[in-house]
Amino acid sequence: MPLIVDVVALRKAYAGGFEALKGVDLQIEEGEILALLGPNGAGKTTLISTVCGITTATSGSVKVGGHDTVKDFRAARSMIGLVPQEINLEPFEKVQNTVKFSRGLFGKSANPALIEKILRQLSLWDKRDSQIRELSGGMKRRVLIAKALSHEPRVLFLDEPTAGVDVELRRDMWEIVAELKRDGVTIILTTHYIEEAEAIADRIGVIAQGEILLVEEKSKLMARMGKKELEVQLSEPILEIPASLASDTLRLKGDGSALIYSYDTKSERTGITKLLADVAAAGLVLRDVVTRQSSLEDIFVDLVHEGDAP
Amino acid sequence: MNWTAVKSIYVFEMARFFRTITQSFISPVLSTSLYFVVFGAAIGSRIQEVEGVSYGAFIVPGLIMLSVITQSISNASFGIYFPKFIGTIFELLSAPVNFLEIVMGYVGAAATKALFIGVIILATAFLFVDFEIQHPFAMVGFLVLTCISFALMGFIIGIWAGNFEQLQLVPLLIITPLVFLGGSFYSISMLPPVWQIISHFNPVVYLISGFRWSFFGSADVSIGLSLFAIAGFTTLCMAVIWWIFKTGWRIRQ
Repeated sequence: MPLIVDVVALRKAYAGGFEALKGVDLQIEEGEILALLGPNGAGKTTLISTVCGITTATSGSVKVGGHDTVKDFRAARSMIGLVPQEINLEPFEKVQNTVKFSRGLFGKSANPALIEKILRQLSLWDKRDSQIRELSGGMKRRVLIAKALSHEPRVLFLDEPTAGVDVELRRDMWEIVAELKRDGVTIILTTHYIEEAEAIADRIGVIAQGEILLVEEKSKLMARMGKKELEVQLSEPILEIPASLASDTLRLKGDGSALIYSYDTKSERTGITKLLADVAAAGLVLRDVVTRQSSLEDIFVDLVHEGDAP
Repeated sequence: MNWTAVKSIYVFEMARFFRTITQSFISPVLSTSLYFVVFGAAIGSRIQEVEGVSYGAFIVPGLIMLSVITQSISNASFGIYFPKFIGTIFELLSAPVNFLEIVMGYVGAAATKALFIGVIILATAFLFVDFEIQHPFAMVGFLVLTCISFALMGFIIGIWAGNFEQLQLVPLLIITPLVFLGGSFYSISMLPPVWQIISHFNPVVYLISGFRWSFFGSADVSIGLSLFAIAGFTTLCMAVIWWIFKTGWRIRQ
């Protein structure tokens, strides 16, 4: 797949001296869905704003569809749609007018059929002549999505699209995302919700304190998550694993106080019964047994906290 | 040029005007009528003629300028300040448009609204006094140029303003005094010599003088100088706006 967004050594320091992005490199392939996970203040919104032209980079470069976002801003920006995190809408304007406005602003000629399709898809058609201030919060977010889709972007940024949103809108939005993906649109979404990233993303990026800590295929992360560990705590520490127990899936805890067995929860035989029988046969006395699953959340928290270290 | 974008901004901004069309028209018509009653009828009955024109007719160009300048500034400054205030400016900044297109859309709409109001005041004036327009084309030209140049200035104020108080500050403290002292209600030649010299530093004098010339064929300053002054002012505003968008001052972090 060709690259569609190419961020190279992007730095952003705000006027007060705060460095929101510390040399971000990020390559996004055409047609993929990338979820950017990160705590508050990690730099997710700054990254998106800089790609979209709302903030200017201190150094580094961004190319969208091969067009530099500064030198060739017209070509680059006309490919991008943005659904911002904050609900920024003209309160006295009618829904369909504000959506048409967005299309025009991006230089696209009027297309009432498309606007109708988008409004229907987002359950806004009945509200098309309502003023925006009359809408609920969730409806307003739908309007923001409609505005971004109105100019048929090839790259869509969704900044925390489901923050404070009801189940119905979340489902509608995931459907839209799936449809856009079928049409080959590249989608970058930021979120706090790991389940959301798991549900729709192809790749997952983790950002903290202005740095990308990891970008990986979701399936690989999921594979790591599918593993479960069984910790067999021993009443007496041992120096090495008895020969009768030796296998790739079993290791000794650092201080020799426990055996750690990793297994796949989804496989038919986990091998736990055999393990415990073998442990007993080897004459080891058990103190306790603990199981734990490493989740995407653990991976995420570990990564983010490594970033905290001085 | 992204003409579709210019048109979209223009139409969107005009829609705001048409939503409040009644207030937009009633207030200037009412205040102009009051000016005619107070200045035209009450004071005018004691001042017979100024430069061969009845006082009631003499103040018509000045009154139109007063409204048009105030309206151009307030429309344009509000037009760009509002998106900044409510946050919708993100869309302008992320759209494939350059500064000229944004300015044409916003300033064009603000100038159009001011022009509407100028024409309505002119029509209202005909109800109160008798007068002829000697140079109608020049009159329209001056009116349009004034609308555009002061809408440009309003646009700058709207970007500069950090709150609603500041939005009102420049019009209130600078523009209104300049317009009142710019010969709206009197001829500069009626002032003592020192004030006549000081008046020449007031850019509004050139505008009102040129505009009045298009009505009555007489002016305080030469028509060429008037045109030069307004062209210079327009250029200055455009240069400032170009710099604003180039540096992102107060709009792009």
